[in-house]
Amino acid sequence: MSDSLVRAAHDVLIVGGGGAGLRAAIAIAETNPQLDVAVISKVYPMRSHTVSAEGGAAGVIAADDTLDEHIYDTISGSDWLGDQDAIEAFAHEAPRELLQLEHWGCPWSRQPDGHIAVRAFGGMKKMRTWFAADKTGFHMLHTLFQTSLKYNEVTRYDEVFVTRLLVDDGRVHGAVAVGLMTGKIQAVTGKAVILCTGGCGKVFPFTTNANINTGDGMSLAYRAGAPLKDMEFVQYHPTGLPFTGILITEATRAEGGWLLNKDGYRYLQDYDLGKPSPTPELRSMELGPRDRLSQAFVHEVEKGRTSDSPWGPVVHLDLRHLGEQVIDTRLPFVRELCLKYERIDPVHELIPVRPVVHYMMGGVHTDIDGATPVAGLYAAGETACVSINGANRLGSNSLPELLVFGARAGRAAAEYASAARAAPAVIEAQAADEVRRLERDVMGREPGTERISTIRDDMQATMEEAAGIYRTGPAMAKGADALAELQQRLLKAGVADTSRSFNTELTAALELANMLDIGECILRSGLEREESRGAHQRLDFPDRDDRRFLIHHLVHRNPDETPRVAPLPVTITRWPPGERIYGR
Amino acid sequence: MPDSIRLEVTRYRPDTDSEPQRQEYDVPLRKEWTVLDGLNHVKNEVDTTLSFRWSCRMGICGSCGMNVDGEPKLTCATFLTDYAPGPVRVEPLANFPVVRDLVVDLFDFMERLPRVKPWIIRDDDVTEVDGEYLQTPEELDAYKQFSMCINCMLCYSACPVYGLDPTFIGPAAIALAERYDLDSRDHGARERLDVLIEHEGVWGCTFVGECTRVCPKHVDPAGAIQRYKLKAAKESVKAFLLPRGTR
Repeated sequence: MSDSLVRAAHDVLIVGGGGAGLRAAIAIAETNPQLDVAVISKVYPMRSHTVSAEGGAAGVIAADDTLDEHIYDTISGSDWLGDQDAIEAFAHEAPRELLQLEHWGCPWSRQPDGHIAVRAFGGMKKMRTWFAADKTGFHMLHTLFQTSLKYNEVTRYDEVFVTRLLVDDGRVHGAVAVGLMTGKIQAVTGKAVILCTGGCGKVFPFTTNANINTGDGMSLAYRAGAPLKDMEFVQYHPTGLPFTGILITEATRAEGGWLLNKDGYRYLQDYDLGKPSPTPELRSMELGPRDRLSQAFVHEVEKGRTSDSPWGPVVHLDLRHLGEQVIDTRLPFVRELCLKYERIDPVHELIPVRPVVHYMMGGVHTDIDGATPVAGLYAAGETACVSINGANRLGSNSLPELLVFGARAGRAAAEYASAARAAPAVIEAQAADEVRRLERDVMGREPGTERISTIRDDMQATMEEAAGIYRTGPAMAKGADALAELQQRLLKAGVADTSRSFNTELTAALELANMLDIGECILRSGLEREESRGAHQRLDFPDRDDRRFLIHHLVHRNPDETPRVAPLPVTITRWPPGERIYGR
Repeated sequence: MPDSIRLEVTRYRPDTDSEPQRQEYDVPLRKEWTVLDGLNHVKNEVDTTLSFRWSCRMGICGSCGMNVDGEPKLTCATFLTDYAPGPVRVEPLANFPVVRDLVVDLFDFMERLPRVKPWIIRDDDVTEVDGEYLQTPEELDAYKQFSMCINCMLCYSACPVYGLDPTFIGPAAIALAERYDLDSRDHGARERLDVLIEHEGVWGCTFVGECTRVCPKHVDPAGAIQRYKLKAAKESVKAFLLPRGTR
């Protein structure tokens, strides 16, 4: 292969340098130090969105807790759509992974005797959420990043944006990527590739997600022939700050915070979530699951019991009774964020909150080892759908998920790469095609009248309208039509910035193309699922329908680029489908 | 309150510009808007070619550091109204090579960070993980503030020593070394001191304290540097008085 087009050859190429990607990299370095691992990320690893996770990471450690209880909470939280074999593996391996992070230096909050402290969390029947005050994701990410620096076998490509996976005959062989500093487009080959690019919250207008969460890995996999799974399940977190969408962690409610409507009434008691008590009760009221709490908000709006704000209706989170000391030791970041962005002090004032798009339950379809149906291609973290989260993820399960399945995908990819051959010559022609596409079709297009940001705004408005907390068939169908139009408009929108160096308009155009794929998959999967389950609530099909829909949805990409939705059975081991019961 | 404010933004496109230029943009002045919101308004509505880094917009990812009216700031946590009626100068962080517009080159920091060994180093060789290393809340408090660094580089931008002597390893890297030294689980202080005692280590610092003043996360790198100088001074006295094997 020519040197100019192929930059480097590695054994395993990890796309994304957040929690899952770094955990995978370390797992590979420890499994087989002979392997050459590369982490390729569009941002410096410590900028990855894992950094924003606040509340904690679930793993059974307390004397009164059992693995079976964590498994059951996760299954019922998932509205029985999670795969029970995956959930069992997850619950078994989470404590060890969290301990491993402890050995690597994560500053977990402690009990007075020096043991790990745990807190309550939504939908969890026992206290099992490890936390580092309310900056858990920040500390986990920096611990992983700093620890990764001691492994010389890990090469990093920071600020390099992957635009396409190289696949031949059902096997992945690497990726084509743009170096943001120089604008240089090159292929980086890998015998195995692990996608760890995080979520896709930016498909929606109002989200806790960072600017970088554009679902790149999902789109890369989808275009490379790997199906996306359960894409209709989008999590609304019940407590985001209005305007910014900044997350106010569920840990506020675990510590005893109350949700109040405009009359000062703890309205969750009206939605089959239990009776109010002065101190928090597990799996009850404010510690119910996120899907049910976000749905309750919508009903409060309908009843006229929310308050108005310039950014739409809000309810209030009351932490005042917790006192300054608890807030400063357990929730210091929440206080900092409220003071900074709302100019209110939660020690003395109510926090205005509303539901906000937070997490993608769906993602790249993988097995329990992170493997996709494309040989050599793996995925882990929010990008992937194993699935442990089913129709609704429980708070504090995503951080241990990225550790458990990041490590599993790393080990599986290491094993695969040890036996795999180097990339075939045909890959070079594919890489050359991709360079042409980027230079001619994206960079070379005459800037028209249409702006990338306008199409993005329209996409986000479309998705909010069609795939919000409550959905209908006609609204989703209309949304899908609108997205198809936006796809066409994007083909005509040019990139005005002609510079090679740090061209963020080019990245925005490529990210938008990724997000339009994802939006389409969300709506197509949602249309097929004619029932209400977890985060997918349909006004035209209000009940859960286990007879027809105790299945996953896989979205494949047809040769003509249209999506095709196919069913996949849910794995049930020991917990037959039952009623989700909270607060009674 | 006026309804708009002027941003004076430094532009630099290496393909076409021989030196940085200033470009002015008027953006809406709203009470909830940060400097970053102003820049995004420009990017989305006015001039799509302006380049800058940003991501979390909640002050934790460390991407969006820039000099605002000459002071290093996280632009997602700096409000336009605090600069009314303006204009507001928005420039790339000082002391770094500029890649493009408001984007600076962090290669130097990223390349040097591993030298201070910012990871747990143990005397024992534990490979099996079967229980936690105990650490009391007091032991956690001993290093906690140094663990809050988000690598935003504001301290490097403010550091007069780093500006003059780019071989100085710099405030954030030294603060991270101290973070691990003070961690009760770590035994690597000796190895880190060996690094920081070298020329590019702590000696360049003249205790100006700008690093601590500008830190958006209340880390005290100046304090960390001072502690290292004391440790290093003690070491050199020991080295002078004692034969090597007994140190």
